[in-house]
Amino acid sequence: MRNTNQMVIRSRKRESGSAATAGLLALLQVIMVCVTVYVFAANLYSAPDAITSVGRAVDEQYKLTLYVTATVFILSQLGLAYAVYRFRDHGQKAHFSRGNNTMEFVWTTATIVLFLGLGILGRRAWAEVRFTPPAADAIHVEVTENQFVFNFRYPGPDGIFGKLDPKQISASTGNPLGIDSHDPAGKDDIVVPTLTVPVNHQVELMIGSQDVIHNFFVRELRLQQDAVPGLIVPIHFTPEKIGQYEIVCTQLCGLGHSRMHSYLNVVSDADYDAFLKSGGQ
Amino acid sequence: MSSHAHGGHSAHGAMAAPQGFIRKYIFSVDHKVIGIQYFLLALTAVLIGIVLSVLMRFHLVWPNVHLPFVSGGQMTQEQYLALVTMHGTIMVFFVLTTAPQGGFGNYFLPIQIGAPDMAFPRLNMLSFWVTFLAFVAILAAFFVPGGAPISGWTGYTPLSGLGEITGPGEGWGQTMWITSISLFCLASLLGALNFIATTIDMRAPGMGLFRMPLTVWGWFVTAILGLLAFGVLLAGGILLLLDRSAGTSFFLPAGLVVNDQIQNHAGGSPLLWQHLFWFFGHPEVYIAILPGMGVASHVLSTFARKPVFGYRAMAMAICAIGFLGFMVWGHHMFVSGMSPYSGFAFSVLTMSIGVPSAIKTFNWLGTLWGGKIQFKTPMLFAIGFVSLFVSGGLSGLFLAQPAVDNLLHATYYVVAHFHLVMGVAAIFGIFAATYFWFPKMFGRMMNEPLGKLHFWFTFVGAYCIFMPMHWVGIAGGIRRYADASAVAYLQKLQPIHQFITIAAFITAAAQIFFLINFFYSLKSGPKASKNPWDATTLEWITDSPPPHDNFAGNYPSVYRGPYEFSVPGVKEDYILQSLKPQEVDRVKE
Amino acid sequence: MPGIVTDEIELIHTDKGGGGGSSSGGDDGGGGGEFGGSGSVPQRTYITGMTVGLGGILMFFMALVSAYIVRKDIPNSGWHSLAVPRILWLNTAILIASSFTLVRARKLLRAHDEQGFRHWWSVTTILGIFFLAGQVIAWRQLAAAGLFLSTNPSSSFFYVFTAAHGVHLLGGVLALTWIMFRPLHRLTRGTATEVAAMYWHFMDGLWVFLFLLFLQGR
Repeated sequence: MRNTNQMVIRSRKRESGSAATAGLLALLQVIMVCVTVYVFAANLYSAPDAITSVGRAVDEQYKLTLYVTATVFILSQLGLAYAVYRFRDHGQKAHFSRGNNTMEFVWTTATIVLFLGLGILGRRAWAEVRFTPPAADAIHVEVTENQFVFNFRYPGPDGIFGKLDPKQISASTGNPLGIDSHDPAGKDDIVVPTLTVPVNHQVELMIGSQDVIHNFFVRELRLQQDAVPGLIVPIHFTPEKIGQYEIVCTQLCGLGHSRMHSYLNVVSDADYDAFLKSGGQ
Repeated sequence: MSSHAHGGHSAHGAMAAPQGFIRKYIFSVDHKVIGIQYFLLALTAVLIGIVLSVLMRFHLVWPNVHLPFVSGGQMTQEQYLALVTMHGTIMVFFVLTTAPQGGFGNYFLPIQIGAPDMAFPRLNMLSFWVTFLAFVAILAAFFVPGGAPISGWTGYTPLSGLGEITGPGEGWGQTMWITSISLFCLASLLGALNFIATTIDMRAPGMGLFRMPLTVWGWFVTAILGLLAFGVLLAGGILLLLDRSAGTSFFLPAGLVVNDQIQNHAGGSPLLWQHLFWFFGHPEVYIAILPGMGVASHVLSTFARKPVFGYRAMAMAICAIGFLGFMVWGHHMFVSGMSPYSGFAFSVLTMSIGVPSAIKTFNWLGTLWGGKIQFKTPMLFAIGFVSLFVSGGLSGLFLAQPAVDNLLHATYYVVAHFHLVMGVAAIFGIFAATYFWFPKMFGRMMNEPLGKLHFWFTFVGAYCIFMPMHWVGIAGGIRRYADASAVAYLQKLQPIHQFITIAAFITAAAQIFFLINFFYSLKSGPKASKNPWDATTLEWITDSPPPHDNFAGNYPSVYRGPYEFSVPGVKEDYILQSLKPQEVDRVKE
Repeated sequence: MPGIVTDEIELIHTDKGGGGGSSSGGDDGGGGGEFGGSGSVPQRTYITGMTVGLGGILMFFMALVSAYIVRKDIPNSGWHSLAVPRILWLNTAILIASSFTLVRARKLLRAHDEQGFRHWWSVTTILGIFFLAGQVIAWRQLAAAGLFLSTNPSSSFFYVFTAAHGVHLLGGVLALTWIMFRPLHRLTRGTATEVAAMYWHFMDGLWVFLFLLFLQGR
């Protein structure tokens, strides 16, 4: 304890080793910030390229959010590291302060503007899919999920989906959706376990489930939707790149949850016609 | 000083202490004993929860290794999902909703406001024992036919609503889950009632609302959240029970076909369960964090020897978080099939809740700024709390936007987010509280070097476990997947999963430092004085541990705010709340 | 307060299957209504406790009500509105009457008319029992019409609402009964009867609300 002739505040016994502790804590913070920023910035782990324009809009929004959060993250975590080191007890007096209303006002306003601004800017990427009805010439495909498979139904050449009758559901005899055998419109329906669509065409999926809640997720579309029994939820997308993409189920649906997956095949127009003609081969 | 009214108050203690082991330690109505009972229950629960998570991490990385204690030698998909479900349920309810509020809140709320006990001590005891029953019920789920449920801590229907046909564990296991949760709701409602009435009516003279410690603000607002939220979950739980066993269809629509069998239900909505669950579930996570925020403010101020920066803003931010917390539940349901317009509304509200959280973060930094920081173990955990809360909170900004949620929903990104804020930050709040108040509760000091060791391992370990999970999520790693065998692109993520698992093993093992410290110090730690930290709030004016009536009949009055540290013109660098103005030792500046 | 006064009794309500409990009645032996460092529980705390408890119970019922309203309004969803059993009108009248008799009883208690108080307090309790009996009869009438818990969504809601309310009201009846057997000197402070009255009037009002909800849904 230092004896001064001005004892305004009794200073506490200096913490031995506090510089080491403070230094280590600050250092760990800095390392954590550097590693985190590096991995994010270098895109070491990323989603595969988006194959739709809406997907790219999602990526734009993600990037914008990343910049905002990175700024706040770096400033506050490094600020914490600095404060912890600079203001460690090395015999000084603490600076008495109850706060600063101006600062409160400033950082509150800034945060409101920043966060709400981000949220409102993010509307577009959401609205383009969810608030917008499908195009008139969209290709309609029914997606019916159940434990633990995906079924995709095309209406066939007549363009009409056959009626469904739950009593006629029989996966074992090749009618997993229960297409009503009495309905002529259902005779040409194509039911397949993978989703094949032509490139550069809007596709509207009507997503439902027979048993529990599942989900339809394709990373490259930046799109996912729960499949809820009792509901048919429409989503649409326009793929711009030919290829095969994984479809996974992200909603816990039972013991086969991690085994439930399928493929999105984006093919050329010619291949798509061939697919339809052959009844789904 | 204290007016002893008629009715049997003697000069020595206003309340006769109970006699006999059972009345003192088992069926006690003393809030201090009850607080310790809750704490020990949470400690048991967290150890179980950690074992479950270690088993999960093990399976994710070495799914084919022979496990001798598992029948068949290999963990099955459903066993993994049962671990997921039970880990989440036990941790969220029996650790994060129990230790901060039932444990420390029970122990210290009355003392910090200068009261002899909670408003309704017997109700308090009832709350604990019903919680204990709930804990027995959830553990029973492991042992009933079919085993533990596999529907996650969120229990979405119809997976949870149809019984055994949707999967193993969905029979008796799910029923035990609902029973346990329903009991927990009842206990929490009774507890919330007690906390609120106590805080409103039993504060010491001079303790206005804005002289309450922020810990009390945390417990008070948390109790209000609990009061308004748990009843909704209870309603949902009862309806789910009826769907499963009485043939009703609150959550089950028509036309369900499971294993080619049409289910005899009609007219229900699976989304209704989600709304009821998340209307509770979102306030629940604020219930888990708000007490920790109060503790963080309290400890930061004490060990920086500075008042909390912006005390009023901090108190109001706690209220704002609580209030807004009821308006954002739909952000768990962006892709659920709920109206996308509602989704956007929930999104804007969710972004708003980031504002009071940010205010708190800036004020914590402000508290440290210009301080005189002493790195005792409670302080290390409080600083760690701030760091982890910033990291976890910021990732929430991504999830709060539905467009971005399209990519991140149900991936490991979500797992990273909620673990950082709940599974680490809130836990750090519990650790900070434990190290801070251990001397008061048990009359002994914990070991500093061991405490610091515990901190370093846990702080580094937690970041090593959960920061990489963000990257797993961005790359498309799906949560609640028992293994990566079926989906090709998941194979690339195995190395990072291995890193996470190793980090998890080390961090889990490092908790031994805490356990040794805790139990050793209970018996053999150096004796603690009344106020080993030179702190300002009312718990530090009484003995360590406090007498049965908390203040030995000398109930304090309060003359100032709770964080009067380093006040200019005062000899000491702290002033107790209960010190009379004329007794404060001043010096000429 | 525990242990201060050996004959102090604190009433604890636990409602089976319902939302939060309530704590009513009980003297704390000392300190009266003032909490000036005397270390005792002020009387107003029981009022606060009951108010808060009723808030918790309210949220429980509001969850059910919002589920009901949303379910009812889904178009083309097989919602068959329920014909409300006629006895419900009588039951509602009985319960409303019981609130009036309760008020009367409390007035007489304040006027130190013990006999009058106990008479009207008993009447209230008995009316409560009649209400519950009437609810059981209503269930019987529904069952006779082939409407059970699982028959259709509106019947499910009806049974759940009436059962939940009935369980809470039963708790109220037990509280009223307990107060009936309290010696007068333990009731003069009026706290026990006040919190019991708060609970009872709340359950009454809640029932009227539910009843109107059923009527509106026809």
